[in-house]
Amino acid sequence: MKKKSSSKDFVWRRKHLLGLKGMSADELIHLFNTAEGFKEISQRSIKKAPALRGKVVGNLFFEDSTRTRTSFALAVSRLSADIVEFTAKASSLSKGETLRDTARNLEAMGIDMVVVRHKAGGAANLLSQCIDACVINAGDGYHEHPTQGLLDIFTIRELRQDIKGLKVAIVGDIAHSRVARSNIWALHTLGAEVFLVGPPTLMPSAVSQLPVTVCHDFDSIIGQMDVLNMLRVQFERIGSPVIPSLLEYSRLFALTEKRMEKAKSDVIVMHPGPMNRGLEIEGTVADGPNSTVLRQVSNGLAVRMAVLFLVNQASKLPADERIDS
Amino acid sequence: MSELLIKDGRVIDPANKIDTVSDVLIREGKIAEIGSVKASGEMKTIDAKDKYVVPGLIDLHVHFREPGDEGKETIASGSHAAVAGGFTSVACMPNTQPTIDNEATVEYVYRQAAEANLANVYATGAITKGRDGEELAEMGQMVRGGVVAFTDDGTGVQDSGVMLKAFQYASMFDKVIMQHCQDDAIAGNGCMNSGYQATVLGLPGMSPLAEELMIARDLLLVQQTKARYHVQHLSTKKAAQIIREAKQQGIAVTTEVSPHHLLLTEDCCVGYDTNYKMNPPLRRQEDVDAMRQAVADGTIDCLATDHAPHLSSEKELEFFNAPPGILGLECALGLYVKALIDTKTIDWPRMIAMMTHIPADILSIDKGTLAIGADADVTIIDPTSPWQVDVEKFYSKSRNCPFHGWDLTARATHTIVGGEIKFQLG
Repeated sequence: MKKKSSSKDFVWRRKHLLGLKGMSADELIHLFNTAEGFKEISQRSIKKAPALRGKVVGNLFFEDSTRTRTSFALAVSRLSADIVEFTAKASSLSKGETLRDTARNLEAMGIDMVVVRHKAGGAANLLSQCIDACVINAGDGYHEHPTQGLLDIFTIRELRQDIKGLKVAIVGDIAHSRVARSNIWALHTLGAEVFLVGPPTLMPSAVSQLPVTVCHDFDSIIGQMDVLNMLRVQFERIGSPVIPSLLEYSRLFALTEKRMEKAKSDVIVMHPGPMNRGLEIEGTVADGPNSTVLRQVSNGLAVRMAVLFLVNQASKLPADERIDS
Repeated sequence: MSELLIKDGRVIDPANKIDTVSDVLIREGKIAEIGSVKASGEMKTIDAKDKYVVPGLIDLHVHFREPGDEGKETIASGSHAAVAGGFTSVACMPNTQPTIDNEATVEYVYRQAAEANLANVYATGAITKGRDGEELAEMGQMVRGGVVAFTDDGTGVQDSGVMLKAFQYASMFDKVIMQHCQDDAIAGNGCMNSGYQATVLGLPGMSPLAEELMIARDLLLVQQTKARYHVQHLSTKKAAQIIREAKQQGIAVTTEVSPHHLLLTEDCCVGYDTNYKMNPPLRRQEDVDAMRQAVADGTIDCLATDHAPHLSSEKELEFFNAPPGILGLECALGLYVKALIDTKTIDWPRMIAMMTHIPADILSIDKGTLAIGADADVTIIDPTSPWQVDVEKFYSKSRNCPFHGWDLTARATHTIVGGEIKFQLG
């Protein structure tokens, strides 16, 4: 799958990137191929491409984020577009302005694309329905974080010939994870076998209806896995009814050096960041030879450049050739 | 002497087991005669040929938002919506600002209703002060003011001890206690049914268990007292089964169902359209089927809209942040026909019973019948005229209705309250 490029005349039709559910394998592969091209640019001495010159991108972050936000900002500037930074603190949101109002105001200032991070699931969908600009979901509630899912799979794809047939474990707080959901949909589409690992209290209510295998005993499956994607566990959940204690969580689900002994020697260890060293992942493992944590960050830039580039292309298509949802 | 003659309609009066083509004569605001009545020169006459003439419809669950949220609805605008939908009597929920939890606010509701002079508006009072679930509200004082029931609707009384005391105390007044059945510890911050769609959409889910657990608890509590218990807006299959079994044991419980829980499922939430956000949330198809079954076998006693107006600006928020609830009064009749008559779940007389004398009995109000001498609250229904729901034509001040654009077949053509025509389809 890695080397197989989608046909030259493939046309990207999505004006928005709201989620990976429903995205076809062809679309995903086209996106990865586009990202490969952009990754190459990042390795040049002049790291800019003129693809989005004259465009304005709004970076709307209603929730704290460091790397996703910075990654998008850098991707925008590499594509020669202008970026308008917008944070909940600096915004009118505290004055009771709705997401819809805020977006319309930004659009009135001539914004072409909006990158949005919001704590409510569906916020990106809502935005896409009320403005003409392209909307890129940078994480909405527990719904989706499509660019994270894409960069995770792009990273796996760089290290393995084919996604199909790979066994990928996503470990941790699945219930509250948009990263998990985006990964599940796209990995499934590309033919990987997805395992969800964590306590039942951190599984979504309808996990049995998802295309995954659920496992509560990490040690029993770790040896079969090709990829271990360790999710961040929110500290506030420790000591709540869902996780009795940090010690117990670590014993059962953390990726420790000891546990790594059971894994395949070339297992890919991923983490979407920011990491809680010592909680879900031991520091030495996070920094160890199997870890792709920093590679994920570099790839995130290329993937986001590809997304910005493609949705902008789609926005120029006639309405009946475009996918607007 | 004011007289109104309704000619040649199919008179359906389930309270008196009447279902026949007949005339109805109204004199001085009361039902004077049912049978063959000759029109005299002075008499105002309505031709009801091919129409149904039924006791004025009753909705024991509406939110008219007054006092406090007059931008969403007022008692006047809500009453207008009621009569436009064929409803002559409604019971307003007390989750207003301030809460209707004392005699003065109850009196305020009745004063506004009298000023509006459209439908019979009944006040319900909160079970606990401020609906905070801690101290009992002044039920006796509110009974003096005219409340017909008690409920903390919008939330359930969480504390079992408080609920037991509420049942005990309310039994003094022979007023029904109505409960919004939701165990908050189970429901958490859920904003839709927990299940596949909530999982996919990444929205916090509310388990059906939250509803079922509180119903089961309340049924145990109420048996310790002489109170009457009414479960509001039933929505889950298992909850229906729990009530079915309780009724078989002779426990004093009644329940209602809303149009949306008879017609819509959680799948509607896929586009994050907040007009599909309700509390209790839309459930699965098997729950919808179970609601219809529970209507058919009598487990569900009556139909109630849970008419819940909200501002467009609120419904334009993210799904999680938007308030739950939808408008019901102006399209409910057609929706019930679609859900229950067109599907052959029940027949017209049973449906009319569920919208007239049964809710009247639950509220212990002297309504819902065309008996000679009864208040002349009468609804005339065209059972076959096709029409399309258009929220822009609603009399309600709000527009939050997912049934906009639906094609329905039945609607009220005349709504008569106390012998006066308060609404006429024009």
